[in-house]
Amino acid sequence: MNGYEVIHEKSPAFYDRYLRKDELQQQTHYCPGCGHGIVHKLIAEALTDLGLQDRTILVSPVGCSVFAYYYFDVGNVQVAHGRAPAAATALKRSRPESIVISYQGDGDLAAIGTAEIVHAANRGENICVFFVNNSVYGMTGGQMAPTSLIGEVTTTSPWGRRASNEGLPLHVCELLAALETPTYIERVALNDMKNIMKAKRAVKKALQIQKDGGGFSLVEILSPCPTIMKMDPVVARNWVGETLVKAFPLGVFRDRRPELPPGPKIPVKTVAEALEVEESAPEIASPRRHHTRDLTLKIAGFGGQGILLMGQLLAEMALREQMEVSWLPSYGPEMRSGSAHCHVSLSHERIGSPLITQPEVLIAMNELSLHKFAASVVSGGLILYNHTELPVGFSAPQARVVCVPASEIADRLGSAKVANVVMLAALLEETECLPAESAISVLETVVKNPRLLELNRQAMKAGRDYVDTEIEVGAVSQPDGYSY
Amino acid sequence: MRQLCKGNVAIVKGAVLAGCRAFYGYPITPASEIAEYAALLIPEVGGTFLQAESEVSAINMVYGASSAGMRVMSASSGPGLSLMQEGISYIAGSELPCVLVDVVRGGPGLGNIAPEQSDYFSMVKGGGHGCYRNLVLAPASVQEMFDLTVLAFDLADRYRNPVVIMTDGFVGQMMEPLDIKMRNIEQPAKDWAVKGTAETRKNLITSIFLETDVLEAHVNKLEAKYQLAQELETRCDEYLTEDADVLLVGFGIVSRVLRSTVDQLRAQGLKAGLFRPITLWPFPSRELCKTAQHVKSVMVVELNTGMMVQDVKLALNGTVPVEFYGRTGGNVPAAEEVTAQVFARMSALV
Repeated sequence: MNGYEVIHEKSPAFYDRYLRKDELQQQTHYCPGCGHGIVHKLIAEALTDLGLQDRTILVSPVGCSVFAYYYFDVGNVQVAHGRAPAAATALKRSRPESIVISYQGDGDLAAIGTAEIVHAANRGENICVFFVNNSVYGMTGGQMAPTSLIGEVTTTSPWGRRASNEGLPLHVCELLAALETPTYIERVALNDMKNIMKAKRAVKKALQIQKDGGGFSLVEILSPCPTIMKMDPVVARNWVGETLVKAFPLGVFRDRRPELPPGPKIPVKTVAEALEVEESAPEIASPRRHHTRDLTLKIAGFGGQGILLMGQLLAEMALREQMEVSWLPSYGPEMRSGSAHCHVSLSHERIGSPLITQPEVLIAMNELSLHKFAASVVSGGLILYNHTELPVGFSAPQARVVCVPASEIADRLGSAKVANVVMLAALLEETECLPAESAISVLETVVKNPRLLELNRQAMKAGRDYVDTEIEVGAVSQPDGYSY
Repeated sequence: MRQLCKGNVAIVKGAVLAGCRAFYGYPITPASEIAEYAALLIPEVGGTFLQAESEVSAINMVYGASSAGMRVMSASSGPGLSLMQEGISYIAGSELPCVLVDVVRGGPGLGNIAPEQSDYFSMVKGGGHGCYRNLVLAPASVQEMFDLTVLAFDLADRYRNPVVIMTDGFVGQMMEPLDIKMRNIEQPAKDWAVKGTAETRKNLITSIFLETDVLEAHVNKLEAKYQLAQELETRCDEYLTEDADVLLVGFGIVSRVLRSTVDQLRAQGLKAGLFRPITLWPFPSRELCKTAQHVKSVMVVELNTGMMVQDVKLALNGTVPVEFYGRTGGNVPAAEEVTAQVFARMSALV
């Protein structure tokens, strides 16, 4: 034929015999006149021309082309209905040297898989999508597709597709061309030799783009489905040229590499660095260096008072003293100035429940928490309250109640933020559950800013001094409640 | 060296040590922290983190990465896992390894974000279509969140099957000491994977088997793996069971509460013990039967309306009376509450 190169051999990107088929291993399962055979041929020949066969991973969809892996002698991954672009995304990112093809039909890509195709295109994934649009569901027996034409009779649009019921045919190329990131989008058709040659060039171009690391390509291929359309193959082919092409105009919708802003550089770490493990850290010889004691605490107050952090500091101190420890926060939807509390268990034994409903110590950083939790404190326990005096009428006869105006002291030091550290120091001084040196050493690691660290040191001292000078030993609301 | 670590963070650290270099996820409370921490750590060690457009996409990205031979994971909570079920079935059907975390929240529907164990059926019994199983691990401490994640990748590769770490907001949010022993973890070669190379060109990942006999053979092949897993992979933990009259059974956060309950009951003169399944599937039925031989009764406590209790009853097969106590809505019972429940049922239990 004039102007055309006639290829007499089957592309080596196809298997010689289709051994994955059960029978008729020398022919495909596609119907006579179906477009899939042509599209397969165009892809196989392009892979051979570009020398990509070994590197190729073909993702086959659910639809008539579900068995594309019968034919292509490339790496094959068969995926769930509509999800080929998602699977292709991860295949490509996992194996950047591979050539990943997402082969999809109209139901797969334009109905159930709309989210996946839009987002893969929008991420500019460096993959090729070959989208076969024949305006109908073939494999399942002729149901309506999102690309079915107005008036098209299918088994699920028996009176013809109605715009009022099913909307208008979905134009995928036009839709994706609204995005900035795709590199190449073209719609071609298989209605005649001229257009098939255009389709061949489009398929090859898409693969070349991926080979060059050029980004996302989609080639939509208008294709005949004679069996479902109940048409003679030649009539079906002409229908594509005369009818389908009118609804879905051919052409190039995008052909340029996107200009994307450069991203930030991500630091490179070793596994040990990422896991925060010092590989050369010496094992601590003496397991317990200071006097420590088991304690269960509930710390409560407003969000923003450093409630959770106070618990974490305590937990970190206990960890460094080789104790067992658990810290459990209250958690909820992100909300400002709600109430916050956490449970802390310090123990020399393995800890059972991290949920502490009857704490030995309650730290109430506001009045609400005092009222809410005071009754839960065990008999002989301790309540530390962030105020100069108890609210009128409050009593917790079972516990020793100590007022420490931590917020007031913190304000005098220059920052309300260290109220939690003032209270922590008061707790340590009052209960001697952990050594104060341990708190200082934890603060030294946690607080990097020298000015803030100094402030925290002052807060520690102020909390300790307050308990030493202002609180009488055994000054309990009910004398027999004191067990410390 | 011990470090103070949050449960959700320990999962990501375990994954990094296990060689997981691919994480595909979608945010959902209370599992988002796992994705957030993965977004930070996995790229730093040279891996891929991608926030997908939905859980449906995320699980199919997991499918893709696993097909390519990567150690890959995702994490979500009940509603997200429900969306993933189709993909999980495909992953099991195509014999792909992956690790999924379910930080269980209150349900059904939108429910709330507080801890429940109400995904037991959907994770342990399947949830997706077809004859397949998930291997399901239930950590009860921050250290186990790390250790069982490392184990999960190993099991996933060994059985070429999804492994689920089923946990809850409490274990996820909790901070405890974590001891990481640095070591090199060997990954299997995965010569079945599709890597875009000449060596793997003939490979095919699929779950479609049109011929009835061929599909049956495939299902039988999967079942043989599951039988092997039931033989080899059951794991459990026991506390003071040797002389126990009453055996408490619970997993995850509940097992921590029950440990305290056992102490409280013993302090009050009742010989109680704790049996804690670590693998929810395969369920440690043999071990439970052995332990339960000399007890007078069993009491199962769960954060649901009675799910694992069915497996306990199947295992014990009527040999021992089984009581059940469940809380839902995000209520985690205190040890004292369970203790009171045991005493309230004394006539049934002893």
